[in-house]
Amino acid sequence: METSFLPTAAEYLRLLPETILIVSGTILMILEGLAGPRNRKNLSPLAIAAILAAMAATVAAAGNPGPAFNNMILADGFGAFFRMVVLSAGLLAVLCSSSYLTREKADSGEYYALLLYSMTGQCLLSTANELIMVFIGLEISSIATYILAGYLRDDARNNESALKYFLLGSFATAFLLYGVAWIYGITGSTNLEEIRRTLLNPESGASPLLTGVAAALMFIGFAFKISAVPFQVWAPDVYQGAPAPVSAFMSAGPKAAAFAVMLRVYLTAFPSIGDGWQTMIWLTALGTMIVGNFAALTQSNLKRILAYSSIAHAGYVLVAVTAYSDTGTAAAMFYLAAYAFMNIGAFAVVSHFSRTGEKYVELNDLAGLAQKQPTTAALFSLFLFSLIGVPLTGGFFGKFYIFKAAIDSGLIGLTVLGLLSSAVAAFYYLRIIVVMYFHEPGDTMDTITSPAPGIQIALWTSALATLLLGVFPSFVLDYATTSAVLVR
Amino acid sequence: MHHLWLIPALPLAGFLVNGLFGRRLPKAIINAVAVGSVLLSFLWVLQVLNGLMPLETLYVERYATWIASGSLDIPYELAIDRLSAVMLLVVTGVGLLIHIYATGYMSHEDGYYRFFAYLNLFMFFMLTLVLANNYLLLFVGWEGVGLCSYLLIGFYYLKNSATTAGNKAFIVNRIGDFGFALAIFLIFIQFGTLDFPAVFSAAQPLPAESTAGILTAICLLLMVGAAGKSAQVPLYVWLPDAMEGPTPVSALIHAATMVTAGVYMVARSSALYLKAPLAMDVVALIGLLTAVLAATIGMTQFDIKKVFAYSTVSQLGYMFLALGVGAFSAGIFHVVTHAFFKALLFLGAGSVIHALEGEQDLRHMGGLRKKIPITFLTLACAWVAIAGVPPFSGFHSKDEILLAAHHHAPWMYWIGVVTAGITAFYVSRAMFLCFFGKYRGHHHPHESPVSMWGPLAVLALLSLGGGYTHIPQFLAPVFPLAEGAHDFTLVAISVAAGLTGIGLAWFLYIAKPGLADSIASNLGGLYKLVYNKYFVDELYFATIINPAIAGSRTVLWKFLDAGLIDGTVNGAGHMAQWVGAKCRRLQSGNIRTYATWVVLGAVLLIFTIGGVR
Repeated sequence: METSFLPTAAEYLRLLPETILIVSGTILMILEGLAGPRNRKNLSPLAIAAILAAMAATVAAAGNPGPAFNNMILADGFGAFFRMVVLSAGLLAVLCSSSYLTREKADSGEYYALLLYSMTGQCLLSTANELIMVFIGLEISSIATYILAGYLRDDARNNESALKYFLLGSFATAFLLYGVAWIYGITGSTNLEEIRRTLLNPESGASPLLTGVAAALMFIGFAFKISAVPFQVWAPDVYQGAPAPVSAFMSAGPKAAAFAVMLRVYLTAFPSIGDGWQTMIWLTALGTMIVGNFAALTQSNLKRILAYSSIAHAGYVLVAVTAYSDTGTAAAMFYLAAYAFMNIGAFAVVSHFSRTGEKYVELNDLAGLAQKQPTTAALFSLFLFSLIGVPLTGGFFGKFYIFKAAIDSGLIGLTVLGLLSSAVAAFYYLRIIVVMYFHEPGDTMDTITSPAPGIQIALWTSALATLLLGVFPSFVLDYATTSAVLVR
Repeated sequence: MHHLWLIPALPLAGFLVNGLFGRRLPKAIINAVAVGSVLLSFLWVLQVLNGLMPLETLYVERYATWIASGSLDIPYELAIDRLSAVMLLVVTGVGLLIHIYATGYMSHEDGYYRFFAYLNLFMFFMLTLVLANNYLLLFVGWEGVGLCSYLLIGFYYLKNSATTAGNKAFIVNRIGDFGFALAIFLIFIQFGTLDFPAVFSAAQPLPAESTAGILTAICLLLMVGAAGKSAQVPLYVWLPDAMEGPTPVSALIHAATMVTAGVYMVARSSALYLKAPLAMDVVALIGLLTAVLAATIGMTQFDIKKVFAYSTVSQLGYMFLALGVGAFSAGIFHVVTHAFFKALLFLGAGSVIHALEGEQDLRHMGGLRKKIPITFLTLACAWVAIAGVPPFSGFHSKDEILLAAHHHAPWMYWIGVVTAGITAFYVSRAMFLCFFGKYRGHHHPHESPVSMWGPLAVLALLSLGGGYTHIPQFLAPVFPLAEGAHDFTLVAISVAAGLTGIGLAWFLYIAKPGLADSIASNLGGLYKLVYNKYFVDELYFATIINPAIAGSRTVLWKFLDAGLIDGTVNGAGHMAQWVGAKCRRLQSGNIRTYATWVVLGAVLLIFTIGGVR
């Protein structure tokens, strides 16, 4: 067969979402310079249009799945699923951001460009079929996110958050890169399918021990991104310090993409070391659930509570990863989709409620919100109920499928401990509801205004998605089940 | 696709609009939404039936998978056959009339939008129940109508008796639903599916159980559920109290539709019942007992709605008698005619109560025939229908039931005939006390508006002519026609019993007024027993409710809850807080410490994966 280095039209289509995001981001950067300071707040519709176009491109690309660019990426159903999750998270974050930026007097196109770049990296991660691509995707995503975390340059908390994220993130990525180098040394390839073939071939002479260590090194890089124990330490500080819409995005988009790449890398490339890998994830999953849920109990800052909660939720998804089965993968996919909506919804409320300078982010500031803004309080409660895992919400079915997959794989102990720790979690979520509904409004309610249109759209969309996933889970789950098989 | 989902979805949309925005909407729009959504639903039923006729087999529409878990696979599926077609027409048709009536009846009430939102929600659940193609979706509708019933009984929530009645209905229904849920579990264990067609075709080849077996257990548990919802002995006690709700609710939910859900469910499960003759006998006996018991209580009540409530319980007993003797189509036939004349009786009673500004006691009525003539004329139609006077609707369906009962066991026929006489008596008594003689009250009666008497007139026509709908013949593809030839003597006897009942009532309350009271006082103890509803409520209090409360207070609350559970929970809570505080310590905020954690974690993981190798 004649080798051609020119990609075909189908291959361009498979990379179209990323292309749209990158081009739009760059256009936004240029427009930022051209537009006067007054017009900068009008740039958010452009970002929204770009994301919607990328969603459409994702759907179009999913119609003709396959590899592209010499097997560097693989635009399959699995990738399309996570692209949609990342793009939805980005869309909701943009909707929350425009009023936030205006409020903080930081309107700019650059902010949206960074968000689009970050999403580009995450979309690449969702489809990466090659360790070099994984690394590039991770870096594109991370560098943009580092900057976003410190976007309000004059705010000390923002600076601290960005610096911590950057230093620790780079540190963890170094482990990942080191692991990639080991794998290349062992197998002579960075393509996931080739690695799989080499490792499964008994004549290749690949040492299981060295492969295991390499896999563990790479896992450290991913575990950092998903804030799994013991690499979670950055998350509370960074989420607390970053602007609320950015925290919302960070807790959903990059996390989903990191899980996507982790599932793809380990399920595609490393079936030969299944046992050791499972033990390692088992420990991490348990530790993550326990630390996340218990540490959240004593917090009084809303963003910190949500940060610890997002650690705990990463733990639940890790349970699904531990299951190491198709149903486990599907459960993880469903959960990440449900989690994106309910968590961004919760952060959107915080972002609305905190007001200029994020003045009101303490739990007790919420006292009496139900009297002043019953709708906001009701929607917040819905998200919290979903985070707890109450039926009729997406969170319920997410947890149900995860623990069901775990039981099917014989992980009884992990399931019991996981469910116990999620019972602990109900405490800190319900406490928020109690404060909203049963405490008398204090003076923190004097300056509250009704939510901005963007926030309202984000809130209602998230609420609708949370309910739809809770009442009609099969639509998403069926798709996840069929595409989970693809990465095996 | 015939888009069956639109049938329940339209009232649901009405519920959402009125429930979410009704507070701010003017009454005209609330009316348009509430009545319009039911009207569209009714028209859509007609449209669907028009497209599907003759509908001799089941028509199924599958929308999506609802629950898929292991071997449990439950889809969102709606289905329609001739049985559900009949139910759909009754629910949407009678429902529509009652919605229209309620716009007039409730016009002066607070919480107008709330009332119609609940009513529409009820329609949604009831239609879901009827259209469901598996037991679980039916159960969703079943619980949903129960919820709406609770909400509407307690509609006047500031009135203590209303909230108590709501609670009573809810709690008694829980007992029934518990049985129903167990039945569903057993069906799944036995057949591995909950889909109606699959369950029934799996039951088809099984032999009929001559002694109690799994099918008998399933059928008996289903009957427990049906007894709760359809107010059969021993769970009927909630229905008379449910009259605390607004009268249109009594007509729609507690007479025409919801309470017949149990009959529908048993009829739907006929394939199972036919394999469990023991359970059929139990159904027939319970039905007969309920019919007699409630009819006798109805003779002694003075609250006009209570009379009709006991009458409903009694007529439901007839329907179960029909089911129990295998005359499923006769049971459904009676559901239909009963929906017409009982809705009419309640709505008419509502019209009387409306005219008398809230008076419900028959002793304070009388002579209203001239003052509210339209109400009287329409109610008279219901009267002759329920009394079994040929050729009106009640005569036809009751006749079918009694003939089937005679074919099954003649003694059941005779008890049924006596009950028919009692039925004619208590309805005639209520009519005579209300419309004849001298006016004994002190309000100024006024005729109801057209929005109220319009539906009454339509229902009156249906009550008169509803017997010619040939429901049993229509249902022949679903249920085999009941055996037993049309025996003229038996028919004549039951008609004579009805006429005797009317005549006796005329004699006691018109010809010789005062005689009834002296008979009552002569009977003394027996009268007191019946007047106080056989002290069933008191019996339940003494044997079940009070011991349960006492036990809950001492054992469950003071010992288990306050002592054991609170102690454990508080202990666990303190421990969790302690662990949380320790976890928090990890978070020093110092970036070098964090980096150390990363390194330590890396070492740990590498050793884990190396060690397992």
